[in-house]
Amino acid sequence: MPGLSTGVLAWLKINLFSSLGNSIKTLIVLGIALWALYGAMGWTVTNAVFGANLEACNSMRGIGACWGVVTEKGRLIVMGRYPDTEHWRPVIATALMLAVVGISCMPRFWNKSLPLIWVVMLVIYFTLMKGGVLGLTPVDTDQWGGLPLTVMLTVVSMTMAFPLSIFVALGRRSNMPAIKTLCTLYVELIRGVPLITVLFMASFMLPLFMPDGVSIDVLIRVVVGITLFSAAYMAEVVRGGLQALPKGQTEAAATLGLSYWQTQRKIVLPQALSMVVPSLMNTFIGMFKDTSLVTIVSLYELTGALALALNADADWRPFKLEAYFFITLIYFVFCFAMSRYSLWVEKRTAVSKVR
Amino acid sequence: MSQSEAPIIQFDNVNKWYASNGYHVLRDVNLSFAKGEKVVICGPSGSGKSTLIRCINALEEYQQGKLTVDGTVIGDDLKGIDKVRREVGMVFQQFNLFPHLTVLENLILSPTWVAKLPRNVAIEKAMVQLERVRIAEHANKYPLQLSGGQQQRVAIARALCLTPKIMLFDEPTSALDPEMIKEVLDVMIGLADQGMTMLCVTHEMGFAKAVADRVIFMDQGQVVEQNTPEEFFNNPQTDRSKDFLSKILGH
Repeated sequence: MPGLSTGVLAWLKINLFSSLGNSIKTLIVLGIALWALYGAMGWTVTNAVFGANLEACNSMRGIGACWGVVTEKGRLIVMGRYPDTEHWRPVIATALMLAVVGISCMPRFWNKSLPLIWVVMLVIYFTLMKGGVLGLTPVDTDQWGGLPLTVMLTVVSMTMAFPLSIFVALGRRSNMPAIKTLCTLYVELIRGVPLITVLFMASFMLPLFMPDGVSIDVLIRVVVGITLFSAAYMAEVVRGGLQALPKGQTEAAATLGLSYWQTQRKIVLPQALSMVVPSLMNTFIGMFKDTSLVTIVSLYELTGALALALNADADWRPFKLEAYFFITLIYFVFCFAMSRYSLWVEKRTAVSKVR
Repeated sequence: MSQSEAPIIQFDNVNKWYASNGYHVLRDVNLSFAKGEKVVICGPSGSGKSTLIRCINALEEYQQGKLTVDGTVIGDDLKGIDKVRREVGMVFQQFNLFPHLTVLENLILSPTWVAKLPRNVAIEKAMVQLERVRIAEHANKYPLQLSGGQQQRVAIARALCLTPKIMLFDEPTSALDPEMIKEVLDVMIGLADQGMTMLCVTHEMGFAKAVADRVIFMDQGQVVEQNTPEEFFNNPQTDRSKDFLSKILGH
């Protein structure tokens, strides 16, 4: 199509070759880009070893990447310490969990049966993972690991932290001094300690305060720890949205006879939350990556499983970098998806904000 | 007005101080309003006129005296406040429509959630009010897609959906461009003709002359003067009201 080619040529001329100086700059940048790309291609593709061939990998060390490490250890990295004959269980359970998260993101599924779907999903998830019933081999929670653990920690903690953060944010603005003080205290205390400390306390300190014979599974303690931690941060994000809402909105709701909770639910929260979608998603993405800190309490999620897989094997240990590239890609896919979803939500809520 | 009928709103020695700075914003206010009366309240800014009408539906608290609205004493009793708010509609200077809801959703929110009307009944009633303020064709738009005058008419319709006995207007035309003031005032005049009790804080003297039974002039938290519009405008009794009128009518 001549129209198209003139379009592309015109674009090139306007944006890249509008003057002699600009043309030279374009060529220099293009040269550097090609040189860098050639170098990168050499290491990542041309000289790379793709098979799980240790000898070939060692001979190309420093010259080409050893993707063979992913072929060899990929399964261990993704699944962690979960018994390898049972890998189908975390695969199905995680796929189910992600599917339910997926449909929960779509407004057309926001109805009264959604909470029920979540309960059913969680029951199936934990039954499949834990086993011990229906002829499934029992698998202790400290065996769970890899991507399934990362996904579960994030999804379950987020689902509990988000509503909690809303109540805490509302509580900090309450007229009731006791509630206000309690919520402020909670937020300030949690924000004053690193997540790693919270996890450490949940894992090692909490059992000391428990009566004899009572023990809570470490996984539950960790989920509660992450939930409490991120809820404090999210509460401040939500409070930011609440502060930004003009006072006239709640006054109008009051004159219309709406109760406190009706006002929050119908007027305040829809507007306040839609204002803070980008910051909320920021917290979610941060939380997803922060789950890697649970290694401190001997739970081997994706990053932990990588260390576990390679540290124990002196032969493959030199190729850690390639393995990290592999999990980087996995993290990126999840984070990018969350970021795109946040943009979509922003566009959707923008309909009512045309000025 | 028949003198025998009890006033629908009664201020007895009402005093109010702002909690934040102790400012004495209402001083010994004694006022009574009869059912169906239309009253315009004016005065310089900071005179307490907005605060006065915001006490009526308990958006503001008062510390001394007694305020009775349709037989209910406004005070700490939350049930009483709920009852009064169902009988008192309010229109704000800044419209205060809910921007995330369409015009129609703004109107049916309270009828469906507070009065628990079935949705279709609420919509039917809302459309009647939208016709009344001549804005029915915009029912499915969002407030911010409308002009200021249109938004304020929607706000009036929203207040009317609760079938209030009393309507409060807090400077309803102050945030509007001049060419939109008339369309809002016309709607208010229409309401006045139908016998609604109306209290209106405004500087629109044309409106006061056209519909008000009484004009109340406030300054520094006190009711300085009250009279019929004719008497007030042609023959103001106090220096402060003379000064005020010369400022707003001077140009």
